[in-house]
Amino acid sequence: MHYHDPDAERFASVNRDMLIAALRPCVAPTSLLTTEEELRPYECDGLSAYRERPLLVILPENESEVQRVMHVCHELNVPVVARGAGTGLSGGAMPHKHGVLLSLAKMKRILSIDPLARQAVVQPGVRNLAISEAAADYGLYYAPDPSSQIACSIGGNVAENSGGVHCLKYGLTVNNVLRLRVVSIKGELLEIGSAGADAPGFDLLALMIGSEGLLGVVTEVTVRLMPKPKKAQVILASFNDVGKAGDAVASILAAGIIPAGLEMMDKPMTAAVEPFVKAGYDLEAEAILLCESDGTDEEVAEDITAMCAVLEKCGASNMRVSQSEEERLRFWAGRKAAFPAIGRISPDYYCMDGTVPRKRLGEILKAIAEMEKKYGLRCANVFHAGDGNLHPLIMFDANVPGELERTEAFGAEILELSVKLGGSITGEHGVGIEKINAMCSQFDADSLESFHAIKAAFDPRGLLNPGKAVPTLHRCAEFGRMHVHAGELPHPDLPRF
Amino acid sequence: MNELIDNWRASIATASATHVPLRVRGGGSKDFYGEMPDSSHTAINTRGYRGVVEYEPSELYITARCGTPLTEIEATLAECGQMLAFEPPHFSTASDTGATVGGCIAAGLSGPRRVSAGAVRDFVLGARLLDGTGCLRTFGGQVMKNVAGFDVSRMLAGSLGTLGIITEVSLKTLPRPAQELTLCLEMDEAEAIAATNRWMAQALPLSATCWRADVLHVRLSGAPTAIQSARAIIGGEIVADDVVFWRDVREQRHAFFATPGDLWRVSVPALTSPKQLPGNALSEWFGAQRWLRDVADAAALRAHVIALGGHATLFRSADTTRVARFQPLAPALLTLHQRLKTAFDPYGVFNPGRMYPDF
Repeated sequence: MHYHDPDAERFASVNRDMLIAALRPCVAPTSLLTTEEELRPYECDGLSAYRERPLLVILPENESEVQRVMHVCHELNVPVVARGAGTGLSGGAMPHKHGVLLSLAKMKRILSIDPLARQAVVQPGVRNLAISEAAADYGLYYAPDPSSQIACSIGGNVAENSGGVHCLKYGLTVNNVLRLRVVSIKGELLEIGSAGADAPGFDLLALMIGSEGLLGVVTEVTVRLMPKPKKAQVILASFNDVGKAGDAVASILAAGIIPAGLEMMDKPMTAAVEPFVKAGYDLEAEAILLCESDGTDEEVAEDITAMCAVLEKCGASNMRVSQSEEERLRFWAGRKAAFPAIGRISPDYYCMDGTVPRKRLGEILKAIAEMEKKYGLRCANVFHAGDGNLHPLIMFDANVPGELERTEAFGAEILELSVKLGGSITGEHGVGIEKINAMCSQFDADSLESFHAIKAAFDPRGLLNPGKAVPTLHRCAEFGRMHVHAGELPHPDLPRF
Repeated sequence: MNELIDNWRASIATASATHVPLRVRGGGSKDFYGEMPDSSHTAINTRGYRGVVEYEPSELYITARCGTPLTEIEATLAECGQMLAFEPPHFSTASDTGATVGGCIAAGLSGPRRVSAGAVRDFVLGARLLDGTGCLRTFGGQVMKNVAGFDVSRMLAGSLGTLGIITEVSLKTLPRPAQELTLCLEMDEAEAIAATNRWMAQALPLSATCWRADVLHVRLSGAPTAIQSARAIIGGEIVADDVVFWRDVREQRHAFFATPGDLWRVSVPALTSPKQLPGNALSEWFGAQRWLRDVADAAALRAHVIALGGHATLFRSADTTRVARFQPLAPALLTLHQRLKTAFDPYGVFNPGRMYPDF
């Protein structure tokens, strides 16, 4: 479907021919794509339900070309949407119909790896997994491991503040990136963060990471590398009740253990993946937990013993500990194949990404089961349980009239409930265009106003990825879900003084 | 408690009308840090707005009001076997009323465990900010993973009260390590930096390092068996009063800090050769944090440190006017800082000049 953004029309006067003429000298001839068939592959990112065709696609090969492109777009008042590998699930890289799509795909060199300092300097188009592969020679790896890590780029990870299966112990992108080189909308170069422990002034690194292409274009990333753990082992535990599995998650953390990974799958999910990957899951269980420990042999042995004791006490009906690396990978294979497995049993699925406090996991699962009846759609659940981050996969058939709309309403209700339970509408996939309306539920007008003020500080003309990530107050008002806290209307006391 | 917020709102309104800015202050334990507070500005004391709002050990976070004493937070966590893993320095002396959690976030200073656990900003999950228009804004939350909206709450760490009054903060907590052991070894600074980084690359459980006068102290944290095997690799002698040693390093009560004169904090890439830096050093964080004494030429130090990819802070000095406390920002970054300041504090009422003279 084409996404309709009325605000997009403020850029309707952009002259495409003039823009192409101005951008041609900025890059090599093969780096400027303008024909319909060249543009088609760029119409959407991983959220393929939303599509838009950009005026053109430009693929700079280095930082100074990015600067020139940005300078031209700023001068001509043209929107710029940056794109990494296009694997994002929230439509953050969906093009602007009156704008330029800036692909960083040609900037894919690993510039340096310093094994002793445990840092790598890479260009934004480098794939997440390629960093770990290059660092493996030194016994090091890059910790954040989003499930798309084979394909997704580090620049995109920075834009989305990507997580992964191991972020409970090792953190998100924001905890693992040390320094960025960023080109501003005017084409100026900013150095943010440092190869040391910190930088003077405000922590702009925290602001840039997860900013979804609204503040600048990242041209170089310095990441922290970790020593590869010597050993990893995983416990596969079954529960005959979802609530009990949720309580076990809290009990492990309360016992002072931070597992390397702590994942949950419900019964519909194990039923979907087992025939596909034959991981050996307990198909009778209402929920299964995967609890991983990594570190030295001694650390892993201690953790596994301690976690088994907690799981047993919490009523696990069955427990298996991986006895080899091969078995560990098989236990994980089902978790990693969750999305494609659902793709096999349903024509379409919609992946949600809410976060709730861990103690509310059982509660939201029950509510989701009720919603399945309400919307007449099936839903299977996988969670990064240790982080309270849930990925309900709603199954539907886009060819059945009305199912997509029902799916979207189902998803929106899950997100609204996540916020009500003290969580967030997105744990790791970003807001993009997909959750732009849901933002109105999570944030009040005052907080949204601050976001707009920050955006204006970096990009006064609003040219970077317009219409994404932060809704206008006008949009929230139209959407009719402006978050009203404790019965107070937004701006009760305007003007303030 | 809400009356306090209302009072602060009134003070903000007065400050913007009269152009007499506000000086936001917790316990005053870090008055020495940054550019000197201007005594002609109206003081806002946050200590009355205190108390732990929420703490659930299994959720791994604590939410507290800004004036809550840091000691109270630490004691609350310790009862449940948890800690603030960034090990914040209090810097409290007889002349102040003790560090507050709000001041801890605003100062953004981390202690010895920063090398393994992360800095203050890595543990900030959410915050409430009373901004320059008197509006109380909420950012982030209590959950570990939350990528909705800009990550303003982390940015408040180290903002020195220049963006508003941080009224409430949610921090990620972690379990205390099962065991800790400190070893000391004799080696020069360059060897110490190389050795500690090598040990880290081997995944040994180092949680703090401190080198001074050819003695390296290394703290190990974690499972007892892992500590024993690391000890066999590292060697050295076991330090008996290790808790006191690390407290003294963190709180700058170590003898190195007692000598008179300017104290510089130099943040550089960890492997920077000690020969590249002037003065007399105590180094921490595998070499990423160097404390320097006897620096003759501040301007030369700053120019040199920038070339090394770092920055230098005049951390403690009796002289309040001579040298800027923080490394000056590149022009494009300074402009951005000024714009961000205006976004939160359009009338310039909060701690002007505390970080940089420009805002």
